[in-house]
Amino acid sequence: MLGQILSRLATAVPSVIGVVIVTFMLTRLLPGDPAAYFAGLAATPQAIAEIRGKLGLDKSLPEQFIVYVGDLLSGNLGTSLSTGQPVVTEIATRLPASAELTLVALIVSAGIAIPLGVLAAVKQGSWIDHLCRVVTTAGVSLPVFFTGLLFAYVFYYLLQIAPAPTGRLDIFVSPPTHITGFYLIDSALTGNGEAFWGSLRQLALPASAMAIFSLAPLARMTRGSMLSVLGSDFIRTARASGLAPRTVVFTYAFRNAVLPVITTLGMVFSFLLGANVLVETVFAWPGIGLYAVNALITSDYAPVQGFVLTMAVLYITLNLIIDVVYGLVDPRVRLDT
Amino acid sequence: MSAAPALAVEDLCVEFRTRSGVVKVLDQVGFSIAKGETVALVGESGSGKSVTAFAVMGILDAAGRVTSGTAMFGGSDLLALPERELAELRGRELSMIFQNPRTALNPIRRVGEQIADVLVRHGGATRAKAPALAIEMLKKVRIPDPERRAKAYPFELSGGMCQRVMIAIAIACRPSLLIADEPTTGLDVTTQAVIMDLIAELAREIGTATLFITHDLTLAAEYCDRIIVMHAGHVVESAPSATLFSAARHPYSARLLAATPGESGALASLASIPGSLPDLRRADLPSCRYSERCERRLDACAEPLPRTAVGEAHIVACRNPL
Ligand SMILES: Nc1ncnc2c1ncn2[C@@H]1O[C@H](COP(=O)(O)OP(=O)(O)OP(=O)(O)O)[C@@H](O)[C@H]1O
Ligand SMILES: [Mg+2]
Repeated sequence: MLGQILSRLATAVPSVIGVVIVTFMLTRLLPGDPAAYFAGLAATPQAIAEIRGKLGLDKSLPEQFIVYVGDLLSGNLGTSLSTGQPVVTEIATRLPASAELTLVALIVSAGIAIPLGVLAAVKQGSWIDHLCRVVTTAGVSLPVFFTGLLFAYVFYYLLQIAPAPTGRLDIFVSPPTHITGFYLIDSALTGNGEAFWGSLRQLALPASAMAIFSLAPLARMTRGSMLSVLGSDFIRTARASGLAPRTVVFTYAFRNAVLPVITTLGMVFSFLLGANVLVETVFAWPGIGLYAVNALITSDYAPVQGFVLTMAVLYITLNLIIDVVYGLVDPRVRLDT
Repeated sequence: MSAAPALAVEDLCVEFRTRSGVVKVLDQVGFSIAKGETVALVGESGSGKSVTAFAVMGILDAAGRVTSGTAMFGGSDLLALPERELAELRGRELSMIFQNPRTALNPIRRVGEQIADVLVRHGGATRAKAPALAIEMLKKVRIPDPERRAKAYPFELSGGMCQRVMIAIAIACRPSLLIADEPTTGLDVTTQAVIMDLIAELAREIGTATLFITHDLTLAAEYCDRIIVMHAGHVVESAPSATLFSAARHPYSARLLAATPGESGALASLASIPGSLPDLRRADLPSCRYSERCERRLDACAEPLPRTAVGEAHIVACRNPL
């Protein structure tokens, strides 16, 4: 198992190299001259040239690339021009905010979609099957930023039962002691009820908006996969052996049906990583998505580079985890590789 | 035949709902199997052999429905039993071996565990003791190195091995009726014989009655006391194997025998059966579903199908038998 993980890790190396090259090129090819931007409107050409020199932008592209890779290897992602903070520090403090939001959304959505899909398949044609159909059709037609805006409008503005959509915690509540950076976990670990409740309330709307978005593909895949497994020969054998319905549905059918669901879960997770950018903007969520959007507006290279790199590494890690989980569930995959 | 048969099916009718209408797949199917007897159910593909077995086991697809009939088994009617009670019997008192052993086993569960599941379900063993018993069962179906094989997944075993595992699952609780649905299809010829011998031997050992479904009449004659011939959802003839081979009375049975390569194996003598199975969705199905393929048809054949006893344990459903 360990050897397999290592060899799988090795296959990720080319992807990482590719990502490094792409992020470098991408930010150099983006429109806008950061030197001009930071020099200000009234700057003289000499002042702009001076700033360009300071940023290393007067060097040739290959030279810039070598400097860039050298910096990366020493864990230096550069400094944000607009905030003056090292990108690594900012991403490290902001990543938990995005990760917490995405994971909560994913857990909520999987927690609803998977049981819903299983029940819909087991009780085909029942009301729960119809409910599943409604959810899967409605879910795909609602883009995340729209649900987010709608939720904020209805629950905060109209009904006033949700807190203001302004970040992870109300400004009057102090954040929990930093342990993992996940407010829910940190406040639970330190027994800080106020912060836990406060961050849960702030999470509710953006996480629901994202959960609704991912509900549809997960429920549809679970239902379809369960249906096809329930119709297979070995389920007939299990029933012919008189195994209890519980065993047939969970031990025999679900464990087989969960394989494509795991793959979908990975896809949904990467959708959500992308959707984060929109949701964080709507809810002023201090995550890496919002950070990247702000940097992009100001042609601030380093944070954009850092963001794309972080996302790519997250994505590669995610796929690795999916492969490992897949291998744990399906013995055939274990040997094939 | 002893007084109380192991299984007595009467008047069994099964329909399937499909997109293109209701299919009357089984019509008044009736047969019985004595305790410890081995009976073959033969007929060409699509004649309803598997559906008969599934109906008796209560494992028809959701689209299928038993519209009438009884299947008496150990004093109770399998077709009328509530699902809970039927599930208690399945795997313990009546069990089934399927065609295509590779897909009939759970692909991601160790074969030892799959045998253990059945033992635990029917109180044959506790969870703790079941693995050892499962290995015993593997030994019984003569799988070499059973300790190691118990930990294998189906894809790590050959087709023949998988079928042995399937047999182990089926006989784990010593059932009194075993249904084997084309247990050797898809296996190579040498393995076929070995598997058939194994089923026959184990069935004899635990005294179980066996319903052996096949379209191979030679195989049926070799292993079974009696042969039941099905055509398009009807039982057309039922006779002791030797009688059927020497004096088949139903025109379809005769055709089927003629289509079977004999000992000589001369391919030239191989006659094929003219026509094909009627479309069972038709509203105007004739009472004898073979009549449209039959060269012995009479006007009287339009009347309800008879069931004539023409000899000892020999029944034929034909108005103009040979
Ligand atoms: N789920 C189903 N829906 C509709 N029709 C079905 C279904 N299952 C079986 N049938 C029909 O029932 C008839 C009998 O099928 P069955 O599988 O019993 O044949 P068989 O005698 O076992 O054939 P084979 O030798 O190919 O296994 C066929 O005409 C088939 O089309
Ligand atoms: Mg069949």
